[in-house]
Amino acid sequence: MLTILSDGIAYGMVLFVLACGLSVTLGLMNFINLAHGAFAMAGGYLTVVLMNRFGVSFFLCIPAGFLVSAALGALLERTLYARLYAKSHLDQVLFSIGLVFMAVSAIDYFMGAQQQLITLPPSLQGRVTVLGVSIGVYRLFVIAICLVLAIALQLILSRTRFGSQLRAAVDDARVARGLGINVSLIFTFTFAFGSGLAGLGGVLGAEILGMDPTFPLKFMIYFLVVISVGGTTTLTGPLLASILLGIADVAGKYYVPTVGSFIIYTIMVVVLILRPQGLFGRAHAR
Amino acid sequence: MSALLTYFRPDTRTASGALLAPARWQPLEILFWLFAVSLFWLAPSKVLLLNEIAILALFALSLDLILGYAGIVSLGHGAFFGLGAYVAGLLGKHGLHDPVAGLLISGGVAALLGFVTSFLVLRGSDLTKLMVTLGVALILRELANKFSTITGGADGLTGVTMGPVLGLFEFDIFGKTAYAYSLAVLFILFYIARRLVNSPYGLLLRAIKGNSLRAGAMGVPTSLRLVIIYTIAAGYAGIAGALLAQTSQFVSLDVLDFHRSADVLLVLVLGGSGQLWGAVVGAIAFKIMYDFLAAITPQYWQFWVGLVLVLIVLLGKGGILGFYGAGRDWLANRLGKGGVR
Amino acid sequence: MKRRHLLIAAAAGLGLLTSAGAYAQQTVKIGLILPMTGPFASTGRQIEGLTKLYMAQNGNMVAGKKVELIVKDDTGVADVTKRIAQELVVNEKVSVLAGFGLTPLALATAPIATQAKVPMIVMAAATSIITEQSPYIVRTGFTLPQVTAPLAEWAPKNGIKKVVTLVTDYGPGHDAEKAFKEGFTKGGGQVLAELRVPLQNPEFAPFLQRAKDARPDALFVFVPSGAGSAVMKQFAERDLAKDGIRLIATGDVLDDDILNGMGDVALGVVSSHHYSAAHNSPENKALVEAFKKSNNMRPNFHGVGGWDGMHLIYQALKKTNGDADGTKLLDAMKGQSWTSPRGPVMIDPETRDIVQNVFIRKVEKVNGELFNVEFATVEKVKDPVKAAKK
Repeated sequence: MLTILSDGIAYGMVLFVLACGLSVTLGLMNFINLAHGAFAMAGGYLTVVLMNRFGVSFFLCIPAGFLVSAALGALLERTLYARLYAKSHLDQVLFSIGLVFMAVSAIDYFMGAQQQLITLPPSLQGRVTVLGVSIGVYRLFVIAICLVLAIALQLILSRTRFGSQLRAAVDDARVARGLGINVSLIFTFTFAFGSGLAGLGGVLGAEILGMDPTFPLKFMIYFLVVISVGGTTTLTGPLLASILLGIADVAGKYYVPTVGSFIIYTIMVVVLILRPQGLFGRAHAR
Repeated sequence: MSALLTYFRPDTRTASGALLAPARWQPLEILFWLFAVSLFWLAPSKVLLLNEIAILALFALSLDLILGYAGIVSLGHGAFFGLGAYVAGLLGKHGLHDPVAGLLISGGVAALLGFVTSFLVLRGSDLTKLMVTLGVALILRELANKFSTITGGADGLTGVTMGPVLGLFEFDIFGKTAYAYSLAVLFILFYIARRLVNSPYGLLLRAIKGNSLRAGAMGVPTSLRLVIIYTIAAGYAGIAGALLAQTSQFVSLDVLDFHRSADVLLVLVLGGSGQLWGAVVGAIAFKIMYDFLAAITPQYWQFWVGLVLVLIVLLGKGGILGFYGAGRDWLANRLGKGGVR
Repeated sequence: MKRRHLLIAAAAGLGLLTSAGAYAQQTVKIGLILPMTGPFASTGRQIEGLTKLYMAQNGNMVAGKKVELIVKDDTGVADVTKRIAQELVVNEKVSVLAGFGLTPLALATAPIATQAKVPMIVMAAATSIITEQSPYIVRTGFTLPQVTAPLAEWAPKNGIKKVVTLVTDYGPGHDAEKAFKEGFTKGGGQVLAELRVPLQNPEFAPFLQRAKDARPDALFVFVPSGAGSAVMKQFAERDLAKDGIRLIATGDVLDDDILNGMGDVALGVVSSHHYSAAHNSPENKALVEAFKKSNNMRPNFHGVGGWDGMHLIYQALKKTNGDADGTKLLDAMKGQSWTSPRGPVMIDPETRDIVQNVFIRKVEKVNGELFNVEFATVEKVKDPVKAAKK
């Protein structure tokens, strides 16, 4: 029972680490960026290349994945994304899907269609027993990183000057500009940060999910489920939502395997019918 | 002669003329359908692809009804397409071989599902709607997979046999009957949709899309109207799915896949939503682009498709039809005739 | 009744059309339809790579005819596969259809092969029923029961008495599950639980936990190759081996394409399959080396199906003296036997399935890389499902 619970939390954390970057771009900047998975893939493939070709340590890949994806995000934000904030959600969908197609083909061209795998350092392999529950070391590692991330993000948003500037810029860019806030810089920074988080998710997910060129399409649904169930106005929302979904999915597949594959979708539909803004979302004032 | 002229060019200075203007058939539109028919003889080797285009156009048309005219975004429109395909396939397998009857029943079943699920998409933001529709489609896909004794599961539904269309035209390997059949269905449903969106009901829908609060204040029962259009659109999608199942005489799980719903959204946005023709133009452009690129580079065609999508958004305004409209206005201004509309 | 008449008429018409076309031209076209993009792209790449390598090595002239390969991407979607096959038959007048990465893709196309009287070579899709859908289907890949049954026989003889099965919830998975259970219980074993995993499923924890709780001697796994690494890793992470549970699998799980990337968690896993890149024969060594050079990959079990498919087409053309009539080619293919890189193979004239040796292998390190090293051979295995029907 406790093992199932801990497995569920661990799985939920993997979902969260992939989706939290999206909750930054989508939730805070109100941009439907379906290419989020492509940034995660960038981080994942970077890890694969660094570890398998150059023998770089996994621990170094974690910050590297974040920084490279963030740089990529910043570059694309400046050149392309910035022109799309004012466009409709549909245009954003079309644009970001186009980017995903390009990323899928490009990775395929350079890295091949087959799955790429990494081998963790020995210190992250195996299992430990915590409070009587046996859990994989790597999963524990992921859970720890996620918790730190979630708390740090929430603090940055609600307590720092940058956080309030960002919220102001999102709520009303014109007024924010009038107040002397450099809106476009803030957006670039935030977008880069969201992309960096995606890259981080890719690094951490590479071990569990494996990397292949269709990664951004395969897991797009999962990101979106987490964000929509958790609500887009906070970061703790997606965190709690991913834990809930993880536990429900794992427990469902364990106890009632015949309906296992329905659980995530059913929860999502039910939640959204009862609470269209997501479980932990507040209705937008706009 | 002058009667004909006033038909094509109604006086747009009066209110009734302005409202009626889009309801009139433009010469270009009539030309298009004649051209589509002439392709039988002009491009007989491409009728199989043309059949697919017609089906995709119908599917996109059904999405346009809810997206372009009622503002309901959906990432799960494939649910109705897939349901229609399975119903038509199962009918064909278990004794009802008449295509037209199968088409009507499939459309009806899909419309029923549309009616039931329409209540789920009335609330919430765009993202909520996207995800609820997506969830419904994915649940349906899992159901089709689970009940593999009925649907054939992941192996697909084999043994679908179809009788001749209207008792006269057998489906042939060249795809001629298939194209004629799909094109005819597309034309009829396009005609109905055109009437619908230009009717007072259609205008009310657009009012709701523009501002549902204000439309409600004007005494328009918004929810009811959205339920009706969602149901109709679901029926359209079901018929498109049924066409696919009947002309390919096979149904597999990928009719319910996420990529169907995503593709049709791309097609519509590519063509331009909210003008019916966008669905048709988008389907043609998307399929021809795919066919052309995949023939050159079967491995990496997706890259170029992606690039086109990105460029369309960056450069354009409202898809291909947006380009067309902008080009026409520009030309009209250059000619100093003050616009065609 | 009406339909049958039409079929005959259409078939006759097409037969005329294709044979007339084939006599007239000196080119024999082969339509190769594969998933080249999407989740199953790696299968397409393997087959494309090896068919092209075969043609590069053996030339494109056979019995005075020039062989032309037309590669098409069906993205793994059944109605697209069927439409492309139709276009290839009607427009390009291909003499042979080949490829087919997944079961529904092959099933959707089967009626086209029958109507057009064109041989259809299934190189990868592995559900048993496929060849029964059209008398023109020939398979050069494998069937899942064919490679599963030998493992089910081997297990009870090697100290495995209780097993939990874990398969992906789709056609081939059901085939593998059934074949394993039948063979295993016949040998005196007991299946404690049969678990089915959804096709799109990144997380195996709940299934592995159930397997662990059932306390079997071994866990039998079939999942398509992409998901295999996740199973291996999570099996290792969960310490099932410490509870005395062994992992046995079909070779799909230990796909040569990705095996080396799985790392040491794969070491010692026993599996059964018809092909391993480590197969010890001069033909295979030459192939592995050449493919490494041309594509920088190992050939895998799907790829070798493509290689042998091309070989079969070449042999058939030689036998008909370059006559590309579909029915004649088909007849020439039946009963062909040759030495493939995987070992001796034969096309069963009755079922048109491939008869081949199936190997029991174990993952070992050879020169620093992981390989499936074969240690036992079951010779001339037919598809057990069709053998049992007789």
